[in-house]
Amino acid sequence: MITVENLTKRYGSFTAVDDISFEVTPGSVVGFLGPNGAGKSTAMRMMTGLTPPTSGRSMILCRDYRQLPNPARHVGVMLDAAAQHPGRTGKEVLHLIGMTIDAPKARVEQSLDLVGLTPDEAKRRVRNYSLGMRQRLGLAGALMGDPQVLILDEPANGLDPQGIHWMRQLLRAYADQGGTVLLSSHLLHEVQIIADELVMIGRGKILAQGRKDDLLGAQGTRVGSLDNERLADAVRRAGLELTGDRTGLLVKAAPEAVGRIALEAGIVLTELHTTGSEGLEQLFLSLTAADARDAAAA
Amino acid sequence: MTAVLDASTSHLTHDRPALTDVRGIPFTRLARVELRKMVDTRAGRWMLIVMSAISALIVAAMVIWGTPDESTFSVFLGVTSFPLIVLLPIVGIMAATAEWSQRTGLVTFTLEPRRSRVLLAKVVAGVLLGLLVVAASFAAAALGHLLTIALRDTPGDWSMSWRVVLGFVVAMTIFIIQGLGFGFAVLNTPVAIVASILLPTIWSIVGAFPKLQTAATWLDLNRTIDPLMSGSMTGADWAHLGTASAVWIGIPLAIGSWRVLTREVK
Repeated sequence: MITVENLTKRYGSFTAVDDISFEVTPGSVVGFLGPNGAGKSTAMRMMTGLTPPTSGRSMILCRDYRQLPNPARHVGVMLDAAAQHPGRTGKEVLHLIGMTIDAPKARVEQSLDLVGLTPDEAKRRVRNYSLGMRQRLGLAGALMGDPQVLILDEPANGLDPQGIHWMRQLLRAYADQGGTVLLSSHLLHEVQIIADELVMIGRGKILAQGRKDDLLGAQGTRVGSLDNERLADAVRRAGLELTGDRTGLLVKAAPEAVGRIALEAGIVLTELHTTGSEGLEQLFLSLTAADARDAAAA
Repeated sequence: MTAVLDASTSHLTHDRPALTDVRGIPFTRLARVELRKMVDTRAGRWMLIVMSAISALIVAAMVIWGTPDESTFSVFLGVTSFPLIVLLPIVGIMAATAEWSQRTGLVTFTLEPRRSRVLLAKVVAGVLLGLLVVAASFAAAALGHLLTIALRDTPGDWSMSWRVVLGFVVAMTIFIIQGLGFGFAVLNTPVAIVASILLPTIWSIVGAFPKLQTAATWLDLNRTIDPLMSGSMTGADWAHLGTASAVWIGIPLAIGSWRVLTREVK
């Protein structure tokens, strides 16, 4: 159980995280979604006691993270898979964690097995790991204490499609057993396949949050016809909101309502369905596009 | 590579220990982990290998070419300790800075969010490592001396005042804590290494000016530590050493502790 209440972080006049509140309940995977620099990592660092919040608070299992006696036994944390000492072997990294939190000796092998790192790979130094392998190692580290809560920052970053599929299965199984998972990503489709709920953040503020199915379905109906202009007029006359482009219209209403309007106007439809992630993707892209860095990079 | 979470790998499905039943991390364990972290990286291990290799080379050279009066135990100890004086602070620096320069602090400080305990564990581990290394240098010196007795018929001279032994141990402790202090204060490995070598050296040079003589006798760590190593400490020497240590260890350690405790871990 993770509870975030009005969490805010300011650096001078810059507000990195702006009054965010949400909850992650046992048995669910929540995707924390936002473009780079939106404040996801800062929020996660505040949840794990690494960054003091300016105001607000976050609780894990009804306690401040820093009040947990041996936090890793309750909360598995991976904030940056790249943050490993390059001169240590993968196995040694896990061994140190196990030693610190007093995990059973066999747990190192179990965790390695769980994330699919072979004994040979575990003996290699982290310097020689690919980003995907570091992600697996980081996740193994988070699982060392057999926690009931997982907080993972960009865990799918650097994983190949197969790896993402594997992680989805792992986190699904974990949540189905009653685990609580919060994971962040800057890629919508990555989160979409893993998460039950989404919290979308942009420039420090929460822009949308709720069950994935609701968020993805609540965007309206996509409709195409032989005469889009006339259809658009008819829709507007019916008092419905709409946006659109040359290929079709996006109407904030159920497909049935839109179909009836077309029927009354006598327009032949070529396409009529609820939008999938398009609405959310639009919102997400507009966030990303507004970011000068990404615009320059594109 | 299908992940399986079952009763053997996860006890999520079982009853979990209540939050109040889980004990905190004992300090001894933290110190043990920190000690291990000083020697389990490639850099840390090489530092120890280089220290031992230099000592071994010097000892070998002395065994082969040394004159009898150069082959006493105390002379051997003097040379085996030389690489330690140079390299021990660096071991301390690396222990202090790695959490930040290699960003392992993201893991370390989430495992134990009470950072002051980690900081103290590092100091304790550093001192322990220093003592281990000092013990090794005593062993190396003894071995060298034994070899000269056996191979070159040098008369055995094991004379060694307890003051020298004590001084030696205290000096090495000072060096490693100084390294830790500089490391914590700067939190950047190369900068801390350069600073820990350069600043005291510059001060030694500046202290050679006649007008600064008095200040130097109180504040030059290298100078005040000399009588400690030779076992000739007087009351005034202890006062000098105390002041110099307060400046070269106390100040970096104070700044460093403040930084480690308050800095955002990224």
